[in-house]
Amino acid sequence: MKTFETVIGLEVHLQLKTKTKIFCGCANTFGNEPNTQTCPVCLGLPGSLPVLNKMALYNTIKAAMALNCQVNPLIKFDRKNYYYPDLPKGYQISQNSLPIASDGHIFIGNQKNPNRIGIKRTHLEEDAGKLIHDPQTNCTLVDYNRTGTPLIEIVSDPGLHSPEEAHDYLTTLKLILQYLDISDCDMEKGSLRCDANVSLREKGQTPLGTKVEIKNLNSFKAVKSALEFEQERQQAMLESGERITQETRLWNDEKGITSSMRSKEEAHDYRYFPEPDLVPFVVEQTMIEEIRGSLPELPHQKLGRFRKDYALSDYDAQILIQDKSVANFFEECTKIYPHTKKICNWIIGPLLQELNTRKVEIKNLSLTPKNLTLLIASVEKGVISNLAAKDIFPAMIDTGQSADEIISKKGLAQISDESALIKIIDDVLKENPSVVEQIKQGKESAMGFLVGQSMKKSQGKANPKILGDIIKRRLANG
Amino acid sequence: MNFNELTAHEILDLLKSKKVTATEIYSSVSRAIEKRDPKIKGYVRTKTAFDESEYSGTTLQGIPISIKDNICIKDTPVTCSSHILEGFKPPYDATVIQRLRQAGASIIGQTNMDEFAFGSSTENSYYGPTKNPWDLSCVPGGSSGGSAAVVGGNEAIWSLGSDTGGSIRQPASFCGVVGMKPTYGLVSRFGLIAFASSLDQIGPITKDVRDNALLLSIIAGHDENDSTSANISIPDYTQAFTKDIEGLKIAVPKEYFIKGMEKDVESAIREARETLKKLGATFKEVSLPHTEYAVATYYIVATAEASSNLARFDGVEYGLRAFPEKSRRTPLIDMYEETRDKGFGNEAKRRMMLGTYSLSAGYYDAYYLRGQKVRTLIKNDFDKVFNEFDAVISPTAPTTAFKIGEKASDPLSMYLSDIYTISANLAGIPALSLPCGFSKNNLPVGLQIMSKPFNEEMIYRIAYRYEQSTDWHKRKVSL
Repeated sequence: MKTFETVIGLEVHLQLKTKTKIFCGCANTFGNEPNTQTCPVCLGLPGSLPVLNKMALYNTIKAAMALNCQVNPLIKFDRKNYYYPDLPKGYQISQNSLPIASDGHIFIGNQKNPNRIGIKRTHLEEDAGKLIHDPQTNCTLVDYNRTGTPLIEIVSDPGLHSPEEAHDYLTTLKLILQYLDISDCDMEKGSLRCDANVSLREKGQTPLGTKVEIKNLNSFKAVKSALEFEQERQQAMLESGERITQETRLWNDEKGITSSMRSKEEAHDYRYFPEPDLVPFVVEQTMIEEIRGSLPELPHQKLGRFRKDYALSDYDAQILIQDKSVANFFEECTKIYPHTKKICNWIIGPLLQELNTRKVEIKNLSLTPKNLTLLIASVEKGVISNLAAKDIFPAMIDTGQSADEIISKKGLAQISDESALIKIIDDVLKENPSVVEQIKQGKESAMGFLVGQSMKKSQGKANPKILGDIIKRRLANG
Repeated sequence: MNFNELTAHEILDLLKSKKVTATEIYSSVSRAIEKRDPKIKGYVRTKTAFDESEYSGTTLQGIPISIKDNICIKDTPVTCSSHILEGFKPPYDATVIQRLRQAGASIIGQTNMDEFAFGSSTENSYYGPTKNPWDLSCVPGGSSGGSAAVVGGNEAIWSLGSDTGGSIRQPASFCGVVGMKPTYGLVSRFGLIAFASSLDQIGPITKDVRDNALLLSIIAGHDENDSTSANISIPDYTQAFTKDIEGLKIAVPKEYFIKGMEKDVESAIREARETLKKLGATFKEVSLPHTEYAVATYYIVATAEASSNLARFDGVEYGLRAFPEKSRRTPLIDMYEETRDKGFGNEAKRRMMLGTYSLSAGYYDAYYLRGQKVRTLIKNDFDKVFNEFDAVISPTAPTTAFKIGEKASDPLSMYLSDIYTISANLAGIPALSLPCGFSKNNLPVGLQIMSKPFNEEMIYRIAYRYEQSTDWHKRKVSL
């Protein structure tokens, strides 16, 4: 039987969160009343003309550099002509022949087996409006608020060979883009979108097979599922000797299938030509240098530094850098408190869990690095038990109070006072004579049971180390 | 006194010496419109209300101006003489309108044109043709035929037109007035409803050269809203009149004197040349070798851009929206098709189809791309000549005004009436037409003067000296 190789290329669209739109002064914000964020330019009214928002260009170049692309010294725009009600001019101002940057790459996979994925091009264009179907009137309504939002398109090489790799690529790409702080990167709000091109070829063959474009992918999970479905569909067709037709297919997330949207013959002829309303723009070397200088530390750089500077494992560092603000929080903590591994454990354990269950970002928590380190210190000094610490942690997040404040309020301070503990232990020993007997006969593992029972009686406040010492002493004496 | 027959600078003198009020001027023009426009049909919309006090203290003190119907005026219908823009009122002023308002001009009316500026006769208008004030059976030229006719017919003081391939100069020539197409980028296009973005320029149409320079000084200058607008300082163009033209070198392109040129045009140009010689200019015949490709190049580039610029008229946002009686396809496609079918005239459809074709996959390289390359060659021809010469002169059009209907069914011969004007748009250089004689049939002939980019001063200098030594501009139509 023939074996097939999957070839995937991804097109990612990213809305830039610039203050204003790409070609006019309208505010570039999400979620306002329909058609309140428009002007003659983004409405494409007759006689209006576009003027390029330099910040959009600046941020596109920034993204291109982070993706290791070559920035073209001459920037020009083209018109992509097609009719659709969400496109008020009847053409989209985009870039065809000369993108802002090309020939980049990123690495996916782990550090031991890095997988270099080529980036074909990065270009800048304007977003279209939004169509809303109104079931009451059975009309389609148009909201032009989104029209003219700056949009970056990042096109990968057809260099991904499995749905998992595609997923991995998207995750890595998104993280890089998040680090640049140029976009919300939110697929739910549509600020990050993805189309996938997929084809199969016989293993060992160089020419690409007939590709299918998949649209309507609303999450990374959908990308993966759609690619898995499409991979199977195409393989089954090829195995039964059928030909793949070049077409655009839509992913149906509920049904978990793709279905044909339009064939190659029905595809638009976009009649690209240079946008005469915008003069070509020369990217000066000084601008390139300025942008290069403004690039933040990127995820792979932070990873390397965390491993080296904080002696973290690859696993720990990987988790920390997945969110730039979590990584920053970690570093803030290390400035206050020296035990980096303990801080790391607290962050990738309880803290990330809280973020997950609360579905919030760390910047929205009232937890300060100082309070977290004080909490860790309290455990280390034996003021409270680890268990108690984990217990009060959610309260710290809820109230923004320090560990000390909550400990005293809840009376959670550890009991290290021997006389108090001896009373508890004596009760436990009295209640469990058979266990005591077992231990005396050499079954030392039963010790744990007695410690547990005593801890329970102290409502978790007993210092476990002192507790163990006293029990041993009492048994030896008794 | 018939104030409507005066130039703006003559009116300004009278206003300064308080011999007349702005209201009297306005009423005089209004009355002229009432009397004359039923014959000329140069206006598509006029305004009668005028409040002098709104203009006190301004430079122009309310001197009226007419505006071609493709320049946006806030809250006023603007249609490009097309059915498809029916009901459209721009919510904003074009930059040139803002500048006119600042200078204290009052807009008295909007003038007829070929639909979307597609034409050379103003016959392609949804409102019907405009007549030539010198002979009502003739066309006024186009596409700014309305503007040229109302100025030539003395039912306006002055006017703004737009020129993509000769649309200011050819009608100026046909109507015996002065029309300037400025250097591409000199006047903001913001608010000019685009025909071909890389060729369009707004410019003044006036009764004499002084008014022309005056009006250009007002509307020219950098505009942040137009990325193609040049960031240069604008001189007072009337200062050019202080210099004589002794020793100026003027080139005459041999390719412009061809078969098909009307005899009366040829002799008027020859005479103009003699006049300029007497004023001290020297002449030499030169070659602009790529001239023969200009018309073809123009109709590739201009129609390609037009096909895209006119895509927005689709019935969705504004203007006409039509549906077929019986649905043919989906409701959306039905609306697109019916709206554009009902909304556009034949010439607009012809040009959009041409443009769509030349941009299509597989044809782009052979047509549009090659067209742009030839355009560069045409520009290089001019650059070379301007290295050595101060100006180039030629006839503005090969003929005087032709009869209404004469070329309406023959687009190619119509296109050829712009044969001398198209190159200036392709090269982006300034060019002006001014009266230089009359034919046996008493129809005006225009002389075209071109110079290098942003050297409007040179053109005004030559034009003014020529005008001062002739009296063509003083002849008045009798209606």
